[in-house]
Amino acid sequence: MAEYYKLQEEFFVDMQRCIGCKACEAACAECETNGQESMIHVNYVDRSTTIQTTVQVCMHCEDPVCANVCPADAITKDEFGVVHTANTSRCIGCSNCVMACPFGVPKKMEEYDLMMKCNMCYDRTSVGKKPMCATVCPSGALFYGTREEIQAKRPNSTPINTFLFGEETVKTKVNLMMPKGSTELRVL
Amino acid sequence: MAKLPLPAEQIIDEFGPHLHFPDPEGTPGRDEPDKIVETHCCFCGMQCGIKLLAKNNKVVGFEPWMEFPFNEGRLCPKGVQRYLQDNHPDRLTSPLINTPGKGYVPTSWDAAMEKTVAEIRRIQETYGHDAFAVLSGVSLSNEKSYMMGKFARVALKTKNLDYNGRLCMVSAGAGNKKAFGLDRTSNNYSDLAYAEVIIVTGANVSETFPTLTYWLWQARDNGAKIIVVDPREIPLARTADIHLDIRPGTDSALFGAILNYMVQHDLLDHEFIDNYTSGFDETIAAVKDYTLAWAEEVTGAKKEKIEAAAKLWGKASTSFLLHARGIEHHTKGVENVLSCINIVLASGRIGRPYCGYGTITGQGNGQGGREHGHKCDQLPGNRDIENPVHRKYISDVWGIDEKDLPGKGLTAYEIIDAIHRDEIKGLISICFNPLVSLPNNNYVRAALEKLEFYVGIDFFMSETMRHCDVILPGSLHEEEEGTVTTAEGRVVRIRKVVDPPAGARADSEIIMEIARRLGVGDKFSYPDSEAIFNELRIASKGGTADYYGITYEKIEKNMGIFWPCPELDHPGTPRLWEDRKFKTADGKAHFNPVKYHPSMDPTDAEYPVILTTGRVVSQYLSGTQTRRIGKLVKQFAQPFLEIHPVLAKTLGISQYEDVRVVTKRGDAVFPANIVETIREDTVFLPYHWPGKKSANQLTSAFLDPISKIPEFKVSACKLIPTGNHSYIGNDALDYQSI
Repeated sequence: MAEYYKLQEEFFVDMQRCIGCKACEAACAECETNGQESMIHVNYVDRSTTIQTTVQVCMHCEDPVCANVCPADAITKDEFGVVHTANTSRCIGCSNCVMACPFGVPKKMEEYDLMMKCNMCYDRTSVGKKPMCATVCPSGALFYGTREEIQAKRPNSTPINTFLFGEETVKTKVNLMMPKGSTELRVL
Repeated sequence: MAKLPLPAEQIIDEFGPHLHFPDPEGTPGRDEPDKIVETHCCFCGMQCGIKLLAKNNKVVGFEPWMEFPFNEGRLCPKGVQRYLQDNHPDRLTSPLINTPGKGYVPTSWDAAMEKTVAEIRRIQETYGHDAFAVLSGVSLSNEKSYMMGKFARVALKTKNLDYNGRLCMVSAGAGNKKAFGLDRTSNNYSDLAYAEVIIVTGANVSETFPTLTYWLWQARDNGAKIIVVDPREIPLARTADIHLDIRPGTDSALFGAILNYMVQHDLLDHEFIDNYTSGFDETIAAVKDYTLAWAEEVTGAKKEKIEAAAKLWGKASTSFLLHARGIEHHTKGVENVLSCINIVLASGRIGRPYCGYGTITGQGNGQGGREHGHKCDQLPGNRDIENPVHRKYISDVWGIDEKDLPGKGLTAYEIIDAIHRDEIKGLISICFNPLVSLPNNNYVRAALEKLEFYVGIDFFMSETMRHCDVILPGSLHEEEEGTVTTAEGRVVRIRKVVDPPAGARADSEIIMEIARRLGVGDKFSYPDSEAIFNELRIASKGGTADYYGITYEKIEKNMGIFWPCPELDHPGTPRLWEDRKFKTADGKAHFNPVKYHPSMDPTDAEYPVILTTGRVVSQYLSGTQTRRIGKLVKQFAQPFLEIHPVLAKTLGISQYEDVRVVTKRGDAVFPANIVETIREDTVFLPYHWPGKKSANQLTSAFLDPISKIPEFKVSACKLIPTGNHSYIGNDALDYQSI
């Protein structure tokens, strides 16, 4: 039976669990549509003082500013809420999206003169599979599944998807696991 | 001879290590594979389930295997990239003869075998059977490990067989046998999920066993308190409830003090201690002076933190204690293990749901490979080679006279010493790279150069293989059927996904062929891997590691079976000791008194800093495989000397400055990485790199008197800043260092 995009499944990021192993980067880069570039990034916060790493993946905003500022109409959000990477035939490599994204996600790939970012493994999620990074993540810092599943597994955390940047509120498709009872994250 | 036929640079040009990257356009055939095979990763003791994709007899990629119960699709970066060891340009595809001045010259299998067997005969006729030694490895399946043990005793008739598990799990094995009479982790890892308190000591889980992290975080989400004991703030320690950053080599002082605290505060399970254990009184007498203040002085960890840990552990109703090489790589490795077991037994928390204890086995088949006669003192089923009943049983299975079964031989490092003493003249090795993995490795190199004949079986030209007289190209994990036993004690199926490349042969065929040419072909005439396994089942029957009731079919149906499994209708044993019947002679679990002793290479005025060694997440052991996979190399392109800013400042060392690290064995230069995540009195080096970048030039060969494991984890060193900054980022060529 053909499998389709599972609307009830969502992406959850739990920074507390990240161990910095970069299995997600390696797995993401396996996809030939990225040309062996990873669309997820693991970085040390400050290696001189801590081993802590953060993981940054496209948050797939409900009102994606990257798409809004694209002069070439190369970035689109689909019916499932996935914000797609730049359409290669339209992207003019202007970097507007790179500068506009509040999370700093899109990267201008100078080699290809093209913006590239995560499309939530559309080749996999559109046929009912989970994105590769969240499938392999050995610590569960990345999880893809239903809200019920993650709440049962992590009773002391709450997924949030509301981020406050100054006066600006950004709602995203991707969730961040926060201490229980949290409702939003103020970034600036 | 066993010397390099050409300068190492020229051997590297031809045989690598070279880096293999995925095709940027995607590996051809990845999207339309001929077959998708459910098998396991070749690295580490977790043996994660993974599906390999094959097209036209080539492995072209992987897919997560979501149904395999331990890892449910999760993988580490090594697992994700493991498929790139296939189709690698460095694969050995012809037997090679060491030809001085010309290099490794391809030859026919017949010629290579003829020379090998002639040299084995010559050396054994001249110097005796034991003058030919075997060094094996536990990247091999259970079938191959079993066969190597039989090959050494029956075909070569030598007592001198040992394996690279000697650098890995032997302290834990010896400690477990003393305490429980059996060597296996007591529970499968799902018992971590609801443990109230978990101690992880000497185990950098998130780099060496990344997929095990998930179970620890799952426990934390269910409310577990996690106590991490490690001289570094490893990723697991960062968010642990308590991080005891003890001085390397002081583990038994810590656990002795915790035991004493439990006694002083009556945090004991008297019912369990009285009915199911022995040796309690002598054991607590040994630690009666181990106060928290004393422990702080010895270990360097704050006594308040030690007390908090002791209280948590003492009062828990469920718990798990995990340890790995950090406490085992010591001259008191066995004592350290016993000191951990003592606090487990005192708590009585074993053999029940969410109550467990175990070593985390490091190598791919570190568990199974250490059970079936692959080491110098052991016969299949974890039997004792010096026990007359065990000898008789195995001799009957093998169809030999018990008198012809060799006795106990030398351990791995003792074999190196024996080469220096001219007692061992010939060597065959498989899956072992001692030039990188053994301590004081310049001494190891000198030993290899003394050998009259050295034949190696491997799939890549490791640093050690460059010393071979004859090289026989063998097979990868995914090129032969078989089984391995995971760190949980779960026996799982390894699948043949592709044939070995043209010119190479399956390892077991190579061993059988040598045995045939040595005149014992009738004892090595297995039609397939399952036939070897079926003989192993019988050989293990009645031993403590009893596999008799495990069949290929049963493993496949159940995604693995936990040993012991003594009968065909037995379901296997995921959790040991539920019946409280221990496998010791008196049926009880044994407390063992442990006094703290200092390490063998203590710091002094000349060598004032402690050097400890370990691993990074993207490399595996001596790097024979992982130093050939491009992205894994780039992730950690070179070994850094991790050093605390206070120590760096005292010595005037700046970030990325080249620092000469000097021990009594030798010296080597590494760029400094100045980080607050390590003790001020300790520096750390990862050991995966060869040549001048090998940390094991510096480590000592002091051995644990029981387990004979080397003391990798504590060396006294001095640090000399050089003023140079040769750091060039991830373009470093350290993976090829000579």
